[in-house]
Amino acid sequence: MKILTTPRMERCIGCNSCSLACARLVHGRLSWLAAGIRIMSTGGLSTGFDARSCLACDPAPCVEACPTGAYSQRKGGGVVVKKNLCIRCGDCAHACPVDAVYLDNTGEPYVCIHCGRCVPFCPHDCLEMIASSKESSAEDAEEVFP
Amino acid sequence: MIRDHFRALVVDLSARKGKITTHDGRDEVVGGSGLAAFLFDRYGHTDRSWQDPDQPLIFAIGPLTGYFPLMSKTVCAFKSPYHDQYAESHAGGRSALSLKFANLDALVIVGKAPTPVCLAVGAHHLDIQDVHFLWGKNVKSTGKQLRRMFPGSGHRSILRIGPAGEIGTAMAGINVDTYRHFGRLGGGAVMGVKNIKGIVIEGDDMFELPAGKEYQKLFQNVYDQLTTTDMMKKYHDLGTPANIAVLNDLKALPCRNLQQTSDPQIKGITGETFAEETLLRNQACSGCPIGCIHLGYVRERFHKDHRYYFSQVSYDHEPIFATGAMLGVTHGFAVLGIIDEIEEMGLDVMSAGVALAWATEATENGIISDKETIVSLRFGDAKIYRQAVRHLGNGANDFYRRLGAGTLRAAGHYGGADYACVLGQEMAGYATGEAFYTAQSLGFRHSHLDSGGYSYDQKHDKKDVRKAVDFLIADEQDRALLTSMVACLFARKVYTPTHLAECLNSLGYTAIADNLETIKQQIQQKRWQLRLASGYQPEAVVIPRRFTELTNWKGKTDGDYLKALKNAYAQYIKIIGARA
Repeated sequence: MKILTTPRMERCIGCNSCSLACARLVHGRLSWLAAGIRIMSTGGLSTGFDARSCLACDPAPCVEACPTGAYSQRKGGGVVVKKNLCIRCGDCAHACPVDAVYLDNTGEPYVCIHCGRCVPFCPHDCLEMIASSKESSAEDAEEVFP
Repeated sequence: MIRDHFRALVVDLSARKGKITTHDGRDEVVGGSGLAAFLFDRYGHTDRSWQDPDQPLIFAIGPLTGYFPLMSKTVCAFKSPYHDQYAESHAGGRSALSLKFANLDALVIVGKAPTPVCLAVGAHHLDIQDVHFLWGKNVKSTGKQLRRMFPGSGHRSILRIGPAGEIGTAMAGINVDTYRHFGRLGGGAVMGVKNIKGIVIEGDDMFELPAGKEYQKLFQNVYDQLTTTDMMKKYHDLGTPANIAVLNDLKALPCRNLQQTSDPQIKGITGETFAEETLLRNQACSGCPIGCIHLGYVRERFHKDHRYYFSQVSYDHEPIFATGAMLGVTHGFAVLGIIDEIEEMGLDVMSAGVALAWATEATENGIISDKETIVSLRFGDAKIYRQAVRHLGNGANDFYRRLGAGTLRAAGHYGGADYACVLGQEMAGYATGEAFYTAQSLGFRHSHLDSGGYSYDQKHDKKDVRKAVDFLIADEQDRALLTSMVACLFARKVYTPTHLAECLNSLGYTAIADNLETIKQQIQQKRWQLRLASGYQPEAVVIPRRFTELTNWKGKTDGDYLKALKNAYAQYIKIIGARA
C-alpha cells in the first residue's frame, strides 16, 4: 500500500490547497484544519512552510493509545479509523509525536488516511504517494538479491 | 457557513466588548464590497471626521470566500484620512479564510482603545490585549511579537501597522501577513487613531459542504481552469512585474516623476531581471494555488568584516514602478531595499514612491530644499530615498507630515501642483492615456483596479467619449460584483457572470445567482451614494498638468478628450449616486 509523503516542502507556497482538498473530498468539510494534512508556517511566513501529516508509523502510537479500538494499524503504515467506535477522548492526538492528528471542537479526530487525493492539488509538486518502506524494501531486496 | 444573512462581530474598543450581530440583506448586497457599504451605512457617519472614534473599521468577506479557488480577498472599508470620504482597500494573505473560519462575514471595529491594543478574534474567542510596549515598533518586529503572543499559528491572519499608522499619516497601510497589504487610502491611520497596533484573526472553525456532487464537480472545473490553462501564467511566472518592460516599450511607464514615459536603463528592473536575479521564492494567499506573491531578497553588509543580514521583500509591478522607475532607481536590489524600508514604516508603497518622486522634482526646481527634505533627494539615489522613507513614515518634520497627507496637499503648500502625479491619489504605474487618467482620478478607490482604463487605452484608438465612459462604468460594476464575492481580480477572466452564477447556485445562493445584473448595479450605486454623501465632488477633481503633457506610443495626451471623459464620467457618477 502506498503512503503520502511530503518530500518537497521547501517548494510550498502556503496556498492550503492540499488541506482544503482533504477536508472537502475526504471529510466533506470546508476547513483548513479538519484535514489529514495541515500546512503551518515554520516560524512566521518568511521562514517557509511545513506539513503536519501522518508519517505512517508502524507500529503507530495512536493505535496503541486508542482505548476503544477505533484506531487500527494500516497495512504498510498509518492507521485506519472507525469513527463510529471513537469516543472523542483525544488520546490519539496526544499520543502522536508529530502532531498529525487534529481534534475539532467536539474532539473528533482527523488524520491522514493515505488516500492521496490531496496530491494533485499541490501546484508545486510538494507531495508524493510512494510505496511504504516495508513494501519498497521488499521490492529492492528482490532486485538486489534475485 | 452558507447562510441567508450576515453574521458580524462588532467590537467596541471603548467599552472593551464585542457583540455578534446578524443582518438581513444577503440577496441584495452579497458580501465584500456590498456588505462593507451596508455596514458602513449602519455603523458609520458620513458627516463626521475619519478620526471620530465612532467611525467603524470594517473587514468583510463574501459568500464564495474559501468555497472556490481565488475567492481569497478581504474588503476593508473606512472613512479615509486621505480625503475624509468613504473608502475601500482590498487585501489577501490569510485574511479572508481566517475570517471565514472565524465564522464571520464581517468584523466591525468601533470606538477607541485608551492604550495601544491588539485585538484577537476567532470562532470561539475575543481578546483585547494591551500592547503599549509595541507602539513605535516597525511592522516586522511587531509581527514577530504578535506571532508569539497569540495562538493559531498557521491558521490565522496577523494585521498590523507601523510608525506611519501610529502618527496618522494618510499614506499608512495595514500590513497583512507580512507580504500583503490594505495599502491605499490610509487604513493604517484608521487603526492608529483607534490605538490598534494589531489584529489577529484565528480561523478555527469548520463548515459542512453542500450535499450532492454539483459543488465538488464545479470546484474541480474551476480549479482546472485556473491551473491547467495559460490563463494565470502571467501572475504565476514573472508576476505583474512583467508589465514593466511592456509598458516601457510602449512609452507608457511613468518614470522620474513622469518626466519620461520610458527609461533606457529599464533592464535593471524588469520582471525578467527581478525573476532571474532577485527572486527567492513564491507564496500564495490561502485558497489560491497560483502563488503570485513574488519574494525577492535584500542582502546587506552591516560590518566591515563579512557580516550580513538578509530580508525577504515582496515585489510587484506597482512597487517597482513607484520606487524604481518613478525615482530613477534602476537596480533591482536597490529597489527592494527601498520597498523594504517602506514595509518597515508601514507606508503604502505606491503613495510613498510617487510622493518622493514629486519631492525630488520639487527639489530640482528649487521649490523645496534640504531644509524641508532633511536629506538631498536625487533621482537614482536609493540610499537617500531609504532615509527619506523613514522621515516620511515617522513624520519627521512639517514637510514630511504634509507630504504624508498627500502629494497635492504638500504641493498646495509649497507649489509644484502641476507635476504632482496624483490621480485621485498617487498614481498607479500606467501612463497609458486618457481613459486610465480618468478612471483612476475619479474611480471609487482611485485604483488601477477600479476598472480597466489602462486596458481600454491599449485597445481603442478612436476617441469616443460615450463608449469609453460606458466601458468604465460597466467594468466597475463587474468588478464591484467580483469584490463582493470576494474574488481576487486576477481571476476575473475565470469568474464570468455565468460561472459566478453556477458557483452561487451550487451553494444555494440562488436568489443572488438569478439577479446578478440588478445586484451589481445596486452595489455600485450604494458605494457611490456613500462616497458622495461623505463629500465627494467628482466634478471638482483636477488632473494635474503633467498628464496632459505626456507622450506615449499613441502620441501626446489629448487634453480636450481627457476633459470630456472626465466631465462625462463625473456626471455618470453623480447620476448613479443620486438614484434612490
